[in-house]
Amino acid sequence: MKSFAPIALVIAVLTAVPLLVHSNVVLNFLVVALMIALAGQGWNILGGYGGQYSFGHAIFFGTGAYVTAILQVQYGINAWLAFGAGIVAGAAVGVVVGWLAFRAGLRGSYFALVTLAFAEVLRILASVAPITGAGVGTLVKLDLRFAALQFESRALFYWLILALVAVALVVTYAVERSRFGAWLTAVRENEDAARALGVDAVAVKLGAMVISGAITAAAGCFYVQYFLFVDSHIAYGAWISVEALLTPIIGGAGTIFGPLVGALVVKALGEGALLVTGQAPGLDLVVFGIVLIAVVGLSPRGIVGLRQQLGARFGSRRGAGEASRG
Amino acid sequence: MAEPLLSVEGVSRRFGGLLAVGGVSMAVREGSITALIGPNGAGKTTMFALISGFLKPSDGIVRFGGADVTGEPAHRLARRGIARTFQIVQPFAGLTVRENIRVGAHLRHPERSAAFAAAEAVAREVGLEGLLDAPADSLTVAGRKRLELAKALATEPKLLLLDEVLAGLNPSEIRDIIPVIRSLRDRGITILMIEHVMQAVMSLAERVYVLAEGRLIAEGTPEGVAADAAVIEAYLGHGAAKRLARSP
Ligand SMILES: Nc1ncnc2c1ncn2[C@@H]1O[C@H](COP(=O)(O)OP(=O)(O)OP(=O)(O)O)[C@@H](O)[C@H]1O
Ligand SMILES: [Mg+2]
Repeated sequence: MKSFAPIALVIAVLTAVPLLVHSNVVLNFLVVALMIALAGQGWNILGGYGGQYSFGHAIFFGTGAYVTAILQVQYGINAWLAFGAGIVAGAAVGVVVGWLAFRAGLRGSYFALVTLAFAEVLRILASVAPITGAGVGTLVKLDLRFAALQFESRALFYWLILALVAVALVVTYAVERSRFGAWLTAVRENEDAARALGVDAVAVKLGAMVISGAITAAAGCFYVQYFLFVDSHIAYGAWISVEALLTPIIGGAGTIFGPLVGALVVKALGEGALLVTGQAPGLDLVVFGIVLIAVVGLSPRGIVGLRQQLGARFGSRRGAGEASRG
Repeated sequence: MAEPLLSVEGVSRRFGGLLAVGGVSMAVREGSITALIGPNGAGKTTMFALISGFLKPSDGIVRFGGADVTGEPAHRLARRGIARTFQIVQPFAGLTVRENIRVGAHLRHPERSAAFAAAEAVAREVGLEGLLDAPADSLTVAGRKRLELAKALATEPKLLLLDEVLAGLNPSEIRDIIPVIRSLRDRGITILMIEHVMQAVMSLAERVYVLAEGRLIAEGTPEGVAADAAVIEAYLGHGAAKRLARSP
């Protein structure tokens, strides 16, 4: 993306939404969609730009969630600090998992399987460890004060998650334009060719893992503050790994707006399907699948890529028309 | 005489039971164009992989600029100033020509605009300036070969390893690119090239090494090597040198 203007515009428009829309149902829907978008933005750095497809981003979401919850509940630490610690923990877990996987030279489906396995191991550990509340889970005490990072109004939660999404958009924009981003994309396109040009592929992938882990962990931290509860299925369950992966792919992997567009579209379709058919369980997953097949079939670069394709076709047709007129 | 920029001392590489490169020693003088030739499967590309850090030698030493660099990883050797092209070209297929070259340029130019400027200068040098915005996977064979060269050049190497950059080009494309290679040498880049196109080897190289079945069988000037009986036999089969000598 050449300029920052579209990002500023999107953030501005989204910021205005709670001023115009007062329905709690709509705001709640948007908060959850933005939370999924944030998780997907984390995945997008590693998977979309770096080509390292993680099937286990629950690793980061769950770590952020548990660190935020446990520091408050077990250690009485301020919620804002706990939130920050959750993000740092996500980055740290990124270093560990990345170091193990990339040093071992795991690529492609092997990397995907290892991330999946890590998430499963963490889920099982969290379901038995006393500190996580084991099978019962951890409840954060209701305390509707700014200092406790809890808000009476949905709008404030909405602006909090929007601020996080905005930061992730800016980070993605900066990555896309930087040397690090050029190297990361080069590793995605052809790792050997990148190494020949002086790119330390392991270091670059590790860097992407750290940024990716921190962003997706922030979504987990937010989850805890919003729902005030976490257990092992929520934290490290496959649901969030799937959503963090599918929303950027549907929206456009390796594009700045891909995860945001994907999350809004998929969540809207999922809600729509539930409204039409009643609360049939698993229906949102069916919608996921159908949208995924439709979008990937039409455009390998997701909805954002589809728009770019159409734009290019329209643009060139218009160009041809002008040429024939001239 | 000054120390060579690159020297390879008794280097070997095995793949299981196969000795792809066996006890090869070579020296590449700074500022020269040196050629590495030999029949198919001789071990030439393997030799490049050993020099550029894509493979570790089973035995032997690689020295670059006086330092022992044996077994160093590829990215670190690139930083030291060794760049290679791949025999099977390796473009970043989803990126444009400009973005492809930019990746190499970032090695010496951390800043975005400086890297793009350097990439454009390299594109002009190899004749790709008209295709900067073309997707890499839309290029012709000749275009891809130029891009392969441009990416490597963008890292501003001291030593450039060219693996059959002329293969697959037609005679007029070859005529176009030979002066480019010569001008690179003239501005100070040392070149080691693998080449099957003998016309190019004869006109460019000051020194030639000949590999066959992993062994160094001859070295010397292009003329000397072309007349060498062992070389003729390696290319044309056992007894060929004698048959050629007898024929009028
Ligand atoms: N990674 C590998 N694993 C196993 N064997 C290999 C590997 N790389 C090369 N070889 C073998 O080593 C030998 C030398 O191959 P190499 O590619 O170096 O030859 P070359 O001289 O470049 O040939 P060409 O002129 O066809 O490019 C061949 O027999 C090849 O099959
Ligand atoms: Mg070869």
